[in-house]
Amino acid sequence: MNELLLIAGMFIVTFGVRYILWGSAGRFRFPPWLSDALGFVPAAVLTAIIVPAVLMPQGELWLSAANPYMLAAMASLVISLWKNNLLLTIVFGMTVFMLLRVLLPG
Amino acid sequence: MEPNLNTDNPAASPEQRRQALLEGAQATIPLIVGAIPFGILFGTLAEPSGLSLWATLAMSWIVFAGSAQFIALGLLAGGAGVGVIVATTFVVNLRHLLYSAALVEQVRHLPQYWRVPMAFFLTDETFAAVSNRLLQTDKDSMQKAVAHWYYLGSALAMWGNWQLCTWLGIGLGEAFPDMTNWGLDFAMSVTFIGMVAPYLRSQKQGRTHWHTPMLICVVSAGLMALATWSLPHKLGLIAAAVTGICLGYSAHLWQQSRQEADA
Repeated sequence: MNELLLIAGMFIVTFGVRYILWGSAGRFRFPPWLSDALGFVPAAVLTAIIVPAVLMPQGELWLSAANPYMLAAMASLVISLWKNNLLLTIVFGMTVFMLLRVLLPG
Repeated sequence: MEPNLNTDNPAASPEQRRQALLEGAQATIPLIVGAIPFGILFGTLAEPSGLSLWATLAMSWIVFAGSAQFIALGLLAGGAGVGVIVATTFVVNLRHLLYSAALVEQVRHLPQYWRVPMAFFLTDETFAAVSNRLLQTDKDSMQKAVAHWYYLGSALAMWGNWQLCTWLGIGLGEAFPDMTNWGLDFAMSVTFIGMVAPYLRSQKQGRTHWHTPMLICVVSAGLMALATWSLPHKLGLIAAAVTGICLGYSAHLWQQSRQEADA
């Protein structure tokens, strides 16, 4: 892993996205369809990270009531939809996860 | 619209600039408080994920993108290559295009030596804190003369806090090396769940509904992520995200055309 390349690459794409419209002072515009499509980006990326992390924590599909990652993720989703509070979701989800790790077999 | 060259704008005094700088920082405090746990968690998880000390500090210093930094750690721990991490960073940060598009009329009169640092410091938090104030400045030329100082105050407070939290997290990780066994690997998942869930609901006429295109987006992205998990370099992540975006956007178009047919 070349860390210098990693940091430089992440910097270039992050700054590039933030700067392109302001740097060109609005001469470069993007069409409305693109901003509609961009609205789906965060949810799609985050979900693509979460789902394997909680359903395949050891690299294989683990759909079982003994999987603390899956159960705690489901509980966190419910509380998040219900209360819509990020910090509450994190504290609640971590508490459920740690309890399950102690209580569940294996 | 013709670019506003602001020749009629009154010049702001140093005192007014300082005032705007402080007000910008103040308006960002609630959002800074929300960012503190993530900064600490980033610093704590960096070393166990395989990032060296200097790279951890450099990432917070010059990349300065909370969710992308988190995701990079998750990918590093999973053995992804530089190309995939950079490509994912790009996709995750595309939302900043929306922010900069919303404010382009407010910055176009500024010289490049302002626009460059303002773009560097553009985050979810600073956008949330400054956009209302900046969008109202068109009515008040004095406000407009100091709006960029207001933005800078918000940005510097956010950036400074992010550095402090990163250091604090690194220190905590060194003081408690077995912290990673406490289930911190789940901390990232639960954080992301809390970030995704609000997208699934939408407000219409004061009532909350399921956002159907967004549901289609996340379900398809999740299934695709499982199906492509074994692809090398975590390329499945990109495939899953693209699938979710395409299907979600298609559902959005379909919903729109149906509403137009009804109207």
